[in-house]
Amino acid sequence: MHGRPRKAPKPEDTAASAAKAEKLRALQSQLLHNHHNQIYTKEALEISAKLLEANPESYTAWNYRKLAVEHNLSQSESDPDTVKSIFSEELRVVESSLKQNFKSYGAWHHRKWVLSKGHSSVDHELQLLDRFQRADSRNFHAWNYRRFIAALKGIPDEEELKYTTKLIETNFSNYSAWHNRSVLLSHLLQNKVKGFFPKEKVLVEEYEFVHQALFTDPDDQSGWFYHLWLLDQTVKPETPLLVSTWPVHGSDIIVSAEGCLDGRALSPFTSFHSDAGTFPLILYFNEAVEGVNSSTVTVKSVFTENKDLVWKPLATSKSCAAQAWVTHLNVPDVKLHPSTAYPIEVNLGDSQGIVSLSGSHCSHPSRFAFTVCVQPLSSKHAERQSVEMILWRDVNFHFYDAHVQESSPIAYFDRLSIKKDREPAASKWHAKTLVNEIALVRQLLSEIDCKIGKLTLARLLMAHDAMMSYMAPHSHKKVHSEEVLQLYSDLMELDPMHSQYYKEAQSLVLLQQVTSNRESLLKHCCHHRVSTSSSVGNSVCLRLNNLSLSRIGCVEQLLWVQMLDLSHNELRSIDGLEAMQLLSFLNLSHNKLSSFTALEPLRLLKLLKVLDISYNEIGAHPVDTRRYLCSSPLSHTVGSDWNFNEFVPDDAKVTNYWEAFAIFRGFNLTQLDIVGNAITDEKFKSFLIKVLPTLKWVDGEESH
Amino acid sequence: MGGKIGELEAEKHVQYILLVEKRKGDFESVVTEHLRMNGAYWGLTTLDLLGKLEIVDQDEVVSWVMECQHESGGFGGNIGHDPHIVHTLSAVQVLALFGKLNVLDIDKITNYIAGLQNVDGSFSGDMWGEIDTRFSYIAICCLSLLQCLDKINVEKAVNYIVSCKNLDGGFGCTPGAESHAGQIFCCVGALALTGSLHHVDKDLLGWWLCERQVKSGGLNGRPEKLPDVCYSWWVLSSLIMIDRAHWIDKDKLIKFIIECQDRENGGISDRPDDAVDVFHTYFGVAGLSLLEYPGVKAVDPAYALPVHVVNRIFFSR
Repeated sequence: MHGRPRKAPKPEDTAASAAKAEKLRALQSQLLHNHHNQIYTKEALEISAKLLEANPESYTAWNYRKLAVEHNLSQSESDPDTVKSIFSEELRVVESSLKQNFKSYGAWHHRKWVLSKGHSSVDHELQLLDRFQRADSRNFHAWNYRRFIAALKGIPDEEELKYTTKLIETNFSNYSAWHNRSVLLSHLLQNKVKGFFPKEKVLVEEYEFVHQALFTDPDDQSGWFYHLWLLDQTVKPETPLLVSTWPVHGSDIIVSAEGCLDGRALSPFTSFHSDAGTFPLILYFNEAVEGVNSSTVTVKSVFTENKDLVWKPLATSKSCAAQAWVTHLNVPDVKLHPSTAYPIEVNLGDSQGIVSLSGSHCSHPSRFAFTVCVQPLSSKHAERQSVEMILWRDVNFHFYDAHVQESSPIAYFDRLSIKKDREPAASKWHAKTLVNEIALVRQLLSEIDCKIGKLTLARLLMAHDAMMSYMAPHSHKKVHSEEVLQLYSDLMELDPMHSQYYKEAQSLVLLQQVTSNRESLLKHCCHHRVSTSSSVGNSVCLRLNNLSLSRIGCVEQLLWVQMLDLSHNELRSIDGLEAMQLLSFLNLSHNKLSSFTALEPLRLLKLLKVLDISYNEIGAHPVDTRRYLCSSPLSHTVGSDWNFNEFVPDDAKVTNYWEAFAIFRGFNLTQLDIVGNAITDEKFKSFLIKVLPTLKWVDGEESH
Repeated sequence: MGGKIGELEAEKHVQYILLVEKRKGDFESVVTEHLRMNGAYWGLTTLDLLGKLEIVDQDEVVSWVMECQHESGGFGGNIGHDPHIVHTLSAVQVLALFGKLNVLDIDKITNYIAGLQNVDGSFSGDMWGEIDTRFSYIAICCLSLLQCLDKINVEKAVNYIVSCKNLDGGFGCTPGAESHAGQIFCCVGALALTGSLHHVDKDLLGWWLCERQVKSGGLNGRPEKLPDVCYSWWVLSSLIMIDRAHWIDKDKLIKFIIECQDRENGGISDRPDDAVDVFHTYFGVAGLSLLEYPGVKAVDPAYALPVHVVNRIFFSR
């Protein structure tokens, strides 16, 4: 099936082929006959051997031989010589078949079956494997069989590790050997086996080892993939860490039920508009964790009992793990407690329970505290009941004048994400290692223009920036961003096939630049004011439009955002937005969203009222790349509220409708803009209005 | 990037498939007799994607399929061949194409599959105990199509698949086995069908997968190997399921697949100018479907069946 040249059949070939076919067919029908009639004579076995040697993929013949072995064993009265010869005959047939096709699953499994009976020489198998390794070092069947034999014989991981060293020293381009090495080392490190502790010692040796590969053949990928694994082992914290929260430590939150506030404009970082009677408390970790609940997180608040708090993972699937978790705290009753600031304290990490997907426990105790007070309602509020339509036009945005609002802006801003001291010795090693690797890769790149080397350098620089900003937040500035952006631009030219990958990496760097300090972030903050209204100083909007963003990131810096403009970018997905629990107004117009299913993260934004997805590509693509990343019957992830059939008109093209239903059911949107997508026609709009009963405006018009 | 993308010789491929079906005598047919059920699935799905399934005699195919069912409930690769989970899925997929799942005794077939799950959550291919994540995918896909997924222990099945996840983000056939695009398709597909894609590091795996695209525009199955049209399916459907397909150059891949056609006799081969077969014809066309090539119906990346067939099963009134 693979690797045979295409050629027109000549007459003599056709005749020979027909003869071969006839022979093979005869063998097969004889085999089936013997199998169905349980004939296990020497002659019958011979036929099956001939068949398998010609066509090892004829799996029924392997089954037949196993039955024949079992039958003949029961006849042999356990004479050890007979038993041994029965099994060695099987091994002979397997070896013969593997000559015909050394990738035959059936042949290899038959060999495993024989060996597990315990009557064959394991050492002989190791010799066989050596021969296969020399013939094709990437034969994964042989590697799998080797792992099986090693387990059978009880060969320790350290010895198998030496074997991979031997192979790699012979030929650096042996991805299979590097892979096996990574598996063995992981076991040895995890089990803290003698000679493989501390981890740092092992990593130093492995770095030296892989450097040889990288310098000998920089264009071979094997070493670079292994290097990436070493890098991950160096950079990733041992335990999960809390990196950000909302509210932020030391902030004074003002909760108000109305959009306007008596002419006194409030900081976007500390004010929150809600008429829900509750406000969210968000925890954001550096990796997905499980086990956040009222036992592992303690919230001290006058208005809420800790034990009543329910924590939800902000994950777009039925996963119990997420990077961001949310619970809701009661707001003091404004009539009873106007303008009084109440303290709230949150503690976590004291007890075990918050654990990453790889099983490591959050062990750093974290504590943060803030105050909450409720803005009293102005007299205007009682009159102005109606919800107003939001227009995202530039004319409605006004530059946010920070000086007036912030009392202690700088100190506040730096608390947006949490930084802590790690154990100094360990982290010094990690930082030093990164610096070494950066120097080494730079040296390599000075000698040869190597795509994957450039990519590694970009990753190293970003990792170094991240590590330094975590360890020494006030002294280290993110110096490498410009160089990294340039590296990715170089890579887009060097390797245009993968340019979208590099573009997304650039978007993340760009967002880091924007959100990494107060000045740049505030440059993107604007007041949104509806000019027809007499109200003053409305919501503050974070405007990240027209930035060529193809990916969302740095969400941990943006948990405070209630109004977000991401229009005129190149977003295909909005993964990450689910953590922005305060989001009420969102503009995603003029992007590259190609299906409703891409909006799945919005299902977790309970406060979302206004959504603009106009001028995207919804309905224009027959292939939906988000199909299995959203809740639907196809992936067995729908809840009991799936009553799709009640909503669909008779002659509707089901595809687009179920996707819209899957996303929008249960939403409380008041405003939706959807024009400019291939899907929208009048019938579809009326379907949407049925699914979204709270809608007041669709595409600028009042819905009835 | 020069040269316009050539044409898909859809009609020629249809004729090639029909011809292969008729050519029972030649060597190629005999040596693949044991996997005719897979072959039927590849050929018929290709016909459906090209809009020509109605040419085939549906009743003839359905009755042949049912003749391949064993008393255990499983299906063999051909009449008289032993049952195996691989052919059981192909049988169900063929029946689904024709909308004929109702000819099945659902309990009988689902019991066969459920009976192949092991204590650790893995699946054996048949009673002889070969374990491979391919079989995990097959069990999950098959039971999902029959809407009986709860007959197996899904949590354990998922945990076993996750135990086969490697440090490069990919998956192998058993724990510790090297990442391979075929196995990755099976594991990612199984995780997709069970709503478990959160176990996949999409950026890490997406990068490993997009690096399968080599200079010629074709995709290989793992690092430092030759490109092959069948990886247009295994790699691309995996990328699609984790929404990273835009990380490869789609036009170049289309061009590679088109060049693998036999423009005169029909059929698609693994590489340009190699011998064609039904297997690569299907994966080439399915790949083109995922690449939104005009004139090819949309295919579901996890069920590996046309989208309209999947919708018919899950969204019918």
